[in-house]
Amino acid sequence: MKVFSVHKGLVAPMDRANVDTDMIIPKQFLKSIKRTGFGPNLFDELRYLDEGQPGQSGRERPLNPDFPLNWSRYQGASILLARENFGCGSSREHAPWALDDYGFRVIIAPSYADIFFNNCFKNGLLPIVLNENIVSNLFCEAEQNPGYQLTVDLPRQRLIKPDGEELSFEIDPFYKQCLLEGLDEIGLTLKQADTIRAYEAQQEIRCPWLFHAIK
Amino acid sequence: MAGKTLYDKLWDAHLVQQREDGSALLYIDRHILHEVTSPQAFEGLRLAGRKPWRLDTNIATPDHNISTDREERAAGVDAIPDETSRIQVKTLDENCESFGIREFKMNEMGQGIVHVMGPELGASLPGMTVVCGDSHTATHGAFACLAHGIGTSEVEHVLATQCLVTKKMKNLLIQVDGELGAGVTAKDVILAIIGEIGTAGGNGYAIEFAGQVFRDMSIEGRMTVCNMAIEAGARVGMVSVDDKTIAYFKGRRFAPTGEMWDRAVSYWRTLQSDPDAVFDKTVVISGSDIVPQVSWGTSPEMVVPVTGSIPRIEDEMDPVKRQAIEHALKYMGLQGGSPVTSIPVDRVFIGSCTNSRIEDLRAAAAIAEGRKVASTVKQVLVVPGSQMVKAQAESEGLDQIFIEAGMEWREPGCSMCLAMNADKLGAGEHCASTSNRNFEGRQGSGGRTHLLSPAMAAAAAIAGHITDVRSLKQGSMA
Repeated sequence: MKVFSVHKGLVAPMDRANVDTDMIIPKQFLKSIKRTGFGPNLFDELRYLDEGQPGQSGRERPLNPDFPLNWSRYQGASILLARENFGCGSSREHAPWALDDYGFRVIIAPSYADIFFNNCFKNGLLPIVLNENIVSNLFCEAEQNPGYQLTVDLPRQRLIKPDGEELSFEIDPFYKQCLLEGLDEIGLTLKQADTIRAYEAQQEIRCPWLFHAIK
Repeated sequence: MAGKTLYDKLWDAHLVQQREDGSALLYIDRHILHEVTSPQAFEGLRLAGRKPWRLDTNIATPDHNISTDREERAAGVDAIPDETSRIQVKTLDENCESFGIREFKMNEMGQGIVHVMGPELGASLPGMTVVCGDSHTATHGAFACLAHGIGTSEVEHVLATQCLVTKKMKNLLIQVDGELGAGVTAKDVILAIIGEIGTAGGNGYAIEFAGQVFRDMSIEGRMTVCNMAIEAGARVGMVSVDDKTIAYFKGRRFAPTGEMWDRAVSYWRTLQSDPDAVFDKTVVISGSDIVPQVSWGTSPEMVVPVTGSIPRIEDEMDPVKRQAIEHALKYMGLQGGSPVTSIPVDRVFIGSCTNSRIEDLRAAAAIAEGRKVASTVKQVLVVPGSQMVKAQAESEGLDQIFIEAGMEWREPGCSMCLAMNADKLGAGEHCASTSNRNFEGRQGSGGRTHLLSPAMAAAAAIAGHITDVRSLKQGSMA
């Protein structure tokens, strides 16, 4: 997994609550059997004026001029500002894959849906939770100042504004470690193979029907 | 020390290792796979040279993007017209074949929507931990499973280790007391709950649904309720075990038998929250106050009683919510303040992992019997949740009732719930749908979804607009 430590980048706003994973990456793109290539279809229905199809080149499609990510001032953005309950709905990991493939490394929102939040960490994407008022202020600052950038310092758990002001954020220590070291979670769990086998041996005595094969 | 909740008990029984940083290794008893969220996980295993930890806990079936058209289905996997869908279904077949995982193939008896076929085969059983790369996995909580959706990285992790790295959730009790009125169903109960607590109300929680209303409900009704826990933000929704739970699993294909059955039953009976269990939050709702529900907007919390009106922007004070209502009214092409029964319906969808079980089809057929679909309605799809549901419905003659009413009787799959196959709405079309999500574009780009119960969907098909099912006289089956 990608390592995350300190990141400085351009901030783009996604100013609506309850953005669902269908909106982040519509279902027709879920037919891919790969993990990459979803970036051109991130927010497809909001970003383009026509209906997107898998395999189509985004370059020839009509862009929605009202969608901020299409504005020149937000080109190259890598930090997404969002509202409450971002990533609700379907468990599709294609949502963080699309955000990552587009170039986002950080999301800042007052809250996230649980499965999406979890899926971000598996892909080196940092979802930061900040108080609703602080997020609202960041929206104002990003909208009023073209080229508005933030620095995200994960080791120190700080968000640094252009004027040097620092905001602290909380993060689960396990997730922090995974991002900082780019850990292979499966490899880590497999180090506990003996513990898992010991659990299975006990459980087979307690609930033997759970060890009957599906045939 | 305080007693344990049902969730606490299931968590403790599956805890392999608690770590100091708060994360834990949780053992997984059943893993269900489908074609959309598994290919990258199998590829990950291959690239790392890893094998599944235990083959016999996995069960697979294609459901999300297969055709529901009889002739297309009969032509087999190689004839799936959409190339990307065909590759995905074939990839599932190939992966299951090469790794040795039991798959119920597209036209095999037992195939169905993951959350319909799992319980009906007894592949998911009370007390199990059940995961699947699909957010509606909470469905299996209806019979006291600790069940939830996972992402594809976690699908790979479970395949490789039989465990999930996770953190314990908080406990939320939703108690619905009293009795439901005539024409009010499980779907109306869960929509009313989501309307009450909001689409983020359950974030971070495992919900236990308790109270007279759930005790009176069938296992299938409880599945409808738990299925949509995720629409209230909670990954997990559960109901404790009672006699109905035990009766439901007796004789199911993969359920234990003989002495093993007796041992399982005596364990399952312990799957209740203790009387002195402490919940982090409790919500109490009166069941007798619930009337049939309809969603008007683009989030499942945007729901009103069928007797109510579409909200007005000016009545909402919170600026973020105002903006959401404004967006939703525009997308849905609706006027704030008008009665919800004034919404015309272009298509009707009866199906999905929420409402495609035999009881759902019986409820819809009871309304459709002896009636005709309104001439203004372009299409009514009735899509059974599994091959077994389809066979049962046909043996009861429900398919003929639907066909005579002017509805289409289809092959099992997810269909128009998420429109990954050819079953979809056109831009601007309103759909009365028994599915679970009314997000923008969910049922087709520009499509407008109204979530409701199977009986309400059938009533809308007959009336040509949203209507209160209680005002229709039931057919002879009622």
